[in-house]
Amino acid sequence: MSFLKRLKDRFQPNKENKQERAEQTVAEQAEALDDGLISIDEFEEWEQERIGYKFKAGLEKSREKFQTEINELMARYRTVDEDFFEALEEVLIGADVGFNTVMELTDELRHTAKVKNITETKDLKETIVEKVVEIYERNDDFPETMNIQEDGLTVILVVGVNGVGKTTSIGKLAHKYKTEGKNVMLAAGDTFRAGAINQLRVWGERVDVDVISQSEGSDPAAVMFDAINAAKKRGTDVLICDTAGRLQNKGNLMNELSKMKKVIQRTVPEAPHESLLVLDATTGQNALNQAKSFKEVTDVSGIVLAKLDGTAKGGIVLAIKNELGIPVKFVGLGEQLDDLQEFNAENYVYGLFADMVSHAEELDEDSKTAEDDA
Amino acid sequence: MAFEGLGERLQATMSRIKSKGKVTEADIKVMMREVRLALLEADVNFKVVKQFINQVKERALGSDVMKSLTPGQQVIKIVKEELTALMGGDNQKINLAQKPPTVIMMVGLQGSGKTTTAGKLALHLRKNFNKKPLMVAGDIYRPAAIDQLETVGKQIDVPVFAMGDKVKPQQIVTEAMDHAKNEHLDTVIIDTAGRLHIDEALMDELKDIKEIAQPDETMLVVDSMTGQDAVNVAESFNDLLDITGVTLTKLDGDTRGGAALSIRSVTEKPIKFAGMSEKMDGLETFHPERMAQRILGMGDMMSIIEKAEETVDEDEQKELQQKIKDQSFTLDDFLDQMDQVKNLGPLDELLKMMPGANKVKGLDKMQMSGNEIDHVQAIIRSMTMDERENPAKLNASRKKRIAKGSGRSLQEVNRLLKQFDEMKKMMKQMTSKKGRKKNPFGDMGLPF
Repeated sequence: MSFLKRLKDRFQPNKENKQERAEQTVAEQAEALDDGLISIDEFEEWEQERIGYKFKAGLEKSREKFQTEINELMARYRTVDEDFFEALEEVLIGADVGFNTVMELTDELRHTAKVKNITETKDLKETIVEKVVEIYERNDDFPETMNIQEDGLTVILVVGVNGVGKTTSIGKLAHKYKTEGKNVMLAAGDTFRAGAINQLRVWGERVDVDVISQSEGSDPAAVMFDAINAAKKRGTDVLICDTAGRLQNKGNLMNELSKMKKVIQRTVPEAPHESLLVLDATTGQNALNQAKSFKEVTDVSGIVLAKLDGTAKGGIVLAIKNELGIPVKFVGLGEQLDDLQEFNAENYVYGLFADMVSHAEELDEDSKTAEDDA
Repeated sequence: MAFEGLGERLQATMSRIKSKGKVTEADIKVMMREVRLALLEADVNFKVVKQFINQVKERALGSDVMKSLTPGQQVIKIVKEELTALMGGDNQKINLAQKPPTVIMMVGLQGSGKTTTAGKLALHLRKNFNKKPLMVAGDIYRPAAIDQLETVGKQIDVPVFAMGDKVKPQQIVTEAMDHAKNEHLDTVIIDTAGRLHIDEALMDELKDIKEIAQPDETMLVVDSMTGQDAVNVAESFNDLLDITGVTLTKLDGDTRGGAALSIRSVTEKPIKFAGMSEKMDGLETFHPERMAQRILGMGDMMSIIEKAEETVDEDEQKELQQKIKDQSFTLDDFLDQMDQVKNLGPLDELLKMMPGANKVKGLDKMQMSGNEIDHVQAIIRSMTMDERENPAKLNASRKKRIAKGSGRSLQEVNRLLKQFDEMKKMMKQMTSKKGRKKNPFGDMGLPF
């Protein structure tokens, strides 16, 4: 059995599930449209599904583009040579897959092609997929699910450089846990940027959760201290801590972050249970530097890929997983409350190559029939 | 993840070629691959890279690179020149209206830094052009965006025109223009909401605003860390709004900033400013040549020298060099030096700008914050003048006193004394070796 077939089998259940869900949605949608007066619950559910579509559409665009590019590449270059590898590098880099990861990938492919004496690009297709999946799976240090405590307080620390969408992501996270029936509290740890505290307060009002804050310019560690004690006293389930955006090469600001962490740990030793790094999906190679530096200071356990729309491809996900082992946990799509979706990277990587996999299977079957005939 | 600069890359390639004695066309191809990788690594869009490489290759083949004794240097020179030319040669100034008011419209994606840049621009125009700016709060979508602009306005003492978040931006801008006229404010800076370039409804809104305000400068604000997508963003904004200038923000980060090249090459619009810090005075004019060096990982010596010239007194420098020469450099002089270094700005930033600094292992991890300088200064200030002149006098009990006085540990005091000792030894070596090139940092008065 070929590698692609195995891969497909592994993902098949997932795929069927998705189809089922999609069918269900269509039915629901039809129902919703039939009935002129739907209940608010139903409407919300319908809204939810629509956003699900938006999400899929967003990722779908990235996938489609990537697949077309790979297929075009195969069509343009028939023989495996340096031009082909350069073009492949460009496709991968064009998707913002990290530079080192791309080089690693293409070097391994060059090697494989040499060893196995592969001269035609179509014979290399399977190896490409295999390598990408391998690279994705190579570094499986962290769990992909959120570490939310069943009882007791869960502290989520949210960090990142300036303007990536930390506060917005926090608003959406708060909404998510609130709708799951949790008691949520926010800590306004960005005491530096103008208007940041108010921005979080507005989100707090929208989602209807408490926001612990001090005045602008106060010590963020003190805000954390207040927040964590208030959370303990009020029996909060999830405390989400906002922090000011900081460039990862500013030593003193990174130290401030580790101080905040220390203050949190003094009251809740096992906190923060999750340390989420928010990345802007349009960021290029620098995202890796960001992930690396923030990991050193706050043990980043997951990534929120914000502003992932139709054009940014977020290929950096692959590199961050490969080089640092940090999985993407959420994907942000817009400025609405429920625009934050949990991210299943396996499906995403598989999706990048879905077409190629099914195509290869057809070939497999063809050759099988040919064998049978013989 | 240490980035390799183009210089190192080419050097490695050259050492392989050199053994053969002659540079062939194939070797040029290999070198071009290195240039290509360096650019891709810096986030330059791959299509732009391709175009650029063809250009450079042609020039390299047509020129004397193959005959040159230092072909690697020649290639770097060509690449640098082409890069600089592509980014617009000289720096371009901001467009100001002949007849007031000058209208500047800020546009860009979410989180690129429009509001902060609006504030910085207002301050820049007031300081350098004696303008009276008005900032207009046109972002009615993001929570507390108006609040942010108002706070920025307060910080720099520039009026902000806002009508809350219930009024359409088109109307806000219309009324703001009247307001500026009535109040005799000669510069209007319009902050708009961040939007995705594929969001048609919001992009149309920008078009409306542009129609109403008739800006002299439509400034696209782009995050310098943007990856391959920078091309699409710049293209869409330019197609729709015909932008007149670009500001690259967050350049004080450690990104190579290849986006600059991508943007310039697809829009052919000049990059006018670089955002360099979160503080309101952190807006610098954009220098294509320096950016070219940064993209290539070659450091930015010009900026350091300029900064040093701004802050360091020439007479003091001469005096200092004399002291180094006759070896009368004391801890007190060291203290002065550190003050000067502190004036230059954050140390880690300075180090980053030095050529080859990215090669030094562990430098990125080194904590070179201003705090450390403060500690050292505290220690020296706890010494008597006599002790500063003759550190040999410092016995255990004196050291203990100093440690106590400065609030630092005894080890730190010892470490400082040892470092100072080594520094003096180094100075001795530097001055005694005749004919050897002087340490450039010695000239600049940096104590290391």
